[in-house]
Amino acid sequence: MTATTTSRLSDLSDSSFSLRSFLHGLPGVDKVGVEARAAALGTRSVKTSAKAAAIDLAIRMVDLTTLEGADTPGKVRALSAKAVRPDPADPGCPGVAAVCVYPAMVPVAAEVLRGTGVHLASVATAFPSGQAPLDVKLADTRDAVAGGADEIDMVISRGAFLAGRYDHVFDEIVAVKEACGSAHLKVILETGELGTYDNVRRASWLAMLAGADFIKTSTGKVPVAATLPVTLVMLEAVRDFRARTGRQVGVKPAGGIRTTKDAIKYLVMINETVGDDWLDPDWFRFGASSLLNDLLMQRTKIATGHYAGPDYFTLD
Amino acid sequence: MFEYAPAPESRSVVDIAPSYGLFIDGEFVSPASSGGVFKTVNPATEEVLAEVSTAGPEDVDRAVAAARRAAGPWSALPGAERAKYLFRIARIVQERSRELAVLESLDNGKPIRESRDVDLPLAAAHFFYYAGWADKLRHAGFGDNPRPLGVAAQVIPWNFPMLMLAWKIAPALATGNTVVLKPAETTPLSALFFADVCRQAELPPGVVNIVTGAGETGRTLVEHAGVDKVAFTGSTEVGRQIARSVAGTRKRLTLELGGKAANIVFDDAPIDQAVEGIVNGIFFNQGHVCCAGSRLLIQESVYDEVIEALKRRMATLRVGDPLDKNTDIGAINSAEQLARIRTLSDIGAEEGAERWSPPCELPAQGFWFAPTIFTGVTQAHRIAREEIFGPVLSVLTFRTPAEAIEKANNTPYGLSAGIWTEKGSQILAVADKLRAGVVWANTFNKFDPTSPFGGYKESGYGREGGRHGLEAYLA
Repeated sequence: MTATTTSRLSDLSDSSFSLRSFLHGLPGVDKVGVEARAAALGTRSVKTSAKAAAIDLAIRMVDLTTLEGADTPGKVRALSAKAVRPDPADPGCPGVAAVCVYPAMVPVAAEVLRGTGVHLASVATAFPSGQAPLDVKLADTRDAVAGGADEIDMVISRGAFLAGRYDHVFDEIVAVKEACGSAHLKVILETGELGTYDNVRRASWLAMLAGADFIKTSTGKVPVAATLPVTLVMLEAVRDFRARTGRQVGVKPAGGIRTTKDAIKYLVMINETVGDDWLDPDWFRFGASSLLNDLLMQRTKIATGHYAGPDYFTLD
Repeated sequence: MFEYAPAPESRSVVDIAPSYGLFIDGEFVSPASSGGVFKTVNPATEEVLAEVSTAGPEDVDRAVAAARRAAGPWSALPGAERAKYLFRIARIVQERSRELAVLESLDNGKPIRESRDVDLPLAAAHFFYYAGWADKLRHAGFGDNPRPLGVAAQVIPWNFPMLMLAWKIAPALATGNTVVLKPAETTPLSALFFADVCRQAELPPGVVNIVTGAGETGRTLVEHAGVDKVAFTGSTEVGRQIARSVAGTRKRLTLELGGKAANIVFDDAPIDQAVEGIVNGIFFNQGHVCCAGSRLLIQESVYDEVIEALKRRMATLRVGDPLDKNTDIGAINSAEQLARIRTLSDIGAEEGAERWSPPCELPAQGFWFAPTIFTGVTQAHRIAREEIFGPVLSVLTFRTPAEAIEKANNTPYGLSAGIWTEKGSQILAVADKLRAGVVWANTFNKFDPTSPFGGYKESGYGREGGRHGLEAYLA
């Protein structure tokens, strides 16, 4: 990593041609190979003390999420309270990383979360489709930040990306990043709509070059959400990006991660591909709503030796 | 660091007898006076697992005679009947695969994740596959009345004991031959377990006979006048001796011998997946693989990137207890093999190649060797020419596809090769020019019963697996 490398990389955005050439010059991703590797990592056997440590880490990485049209202030307050104290029966249970809500609900969550250390994330920028004019997206973002969000989850324009208008996507991310101010920006690639792993790698680099603090797989609103191979490609991208620029970017798989077993597979993958540096809530998050209760259930199982029924854990 | 707690597979799932006889004519029998006993050990701990019999000339005589008596009735069975037995064996192998996997890891030193997820499923798949051929031999393309050869003498190595047994026995039985099989002296237990599988399947006595022992037993078996066909997998050196002894006889011979495979990484390769393929190519089964990708050829323009990624990946390999489900690299099969790996590696260092291993703690007991790469290797280095048969990779470079092909083919061997590139036309063009029995593209060390396997030059002759695998057992 040198200053020259960094400035050369930033020069890439100067023309759509150089940006395109760069993204298409990244090493390819072999579909069969990446899926086989992800499956192999999924066979690690994580037991006893290792499992207990993994569960606590996973809890600390959860972005506890509610993104329903039917969300109400009551629902968001309940979720926020749970984020701070996931297991009322066990004060030793860590809190989650963040609560993730729609911009309209930010002030409600902010009230509960103030001073707790739990971050407040909001999906701005015309979530989940991203199909709105830029000024609407920027206003959405500024509103969320003004309301108290310190993390913004933006969606990219998949249409523009798939049409090859990389500079358009790049400029949007730059603009939203600026509107975020000091808030962290997570860029949602919606990998289920990108079609190929090559596109996932290109979109990851594009988002990072434009200033993303995190790259995130999905909105959770399309049929294919986070998968292990997609997350593997993104982890390799953040690893390579840091090697070239010195800047570390976080990764957030979101959507469809419901069980402790699944969550541990992701932790194993981080451990064996990018290592320790990303095994931290500052650099890895799970976007999930139902994962937390399964983690709590498994956590209690390890502590007590038996499974407690769902009624022993709070609804959110 | 996220440390995985030990996750050992239980060894109590399998019973190991204190001593074993020979399996002849459907029975376990004591060796005749000419024989003796030897011990088989767990290479991870040096613990003695069992005492095994050495078959002497009289025992080999008995085994060949039993196979001869069984050959007539067995070959006279309709193919569909033979298929029933093979299907039955396949299912029993599947049902008892946990026992077999643990036994294989104990006796061989290979990690349980490989014996459980690769060796045993493939062994069962070979029996299923050849069971399917048993009643269709007339449609296999070897004439309209293909006949079995008779009695097959089969000698298999210690690197994949159960899988090599399946490769040998399944096509022989499907085509109506009977067999006398000699497993390697360091790994006889799964073959002896298989004898019990044959009894459980109610296979007629004499169709499968297992004689144990070292090289002398193998020599007696392949030189036996009552044998019609010899199939050997092992070292080139022993293969040469066998070829000499069989020359001039009416015996048919197939040999699967050593290799020094080139794994070629072009500059447009999917780097992360190529690194996985390199690792799988040389560190799978501790590198005890005749088709291992032991010569890595990297295009110079991506050399630094690939080496950096490879070293990073090697640092995550977990070396240790083969029965731990998280172990990637187990023990070296024997003290003798460990000594050979050490000798050749030391020669590599002496000849000026740069040696690197990730930091890893090796167990105090047992036979262990850390995954190792040598960079700065040239065609003139011994480690680029001789088969090491261990977790040792030699890295060479090239500049153009023509140079890659030239270097890949510049070896006395020709068993396998690998190509890594995103360009389909490059795969086809290069694969066409590589003199190797198997060429993998964007993958490595993948096996399937439907796919023939075998070598060129000093890697032997004949093919195993697939429809081609039937030919070696048919007249």
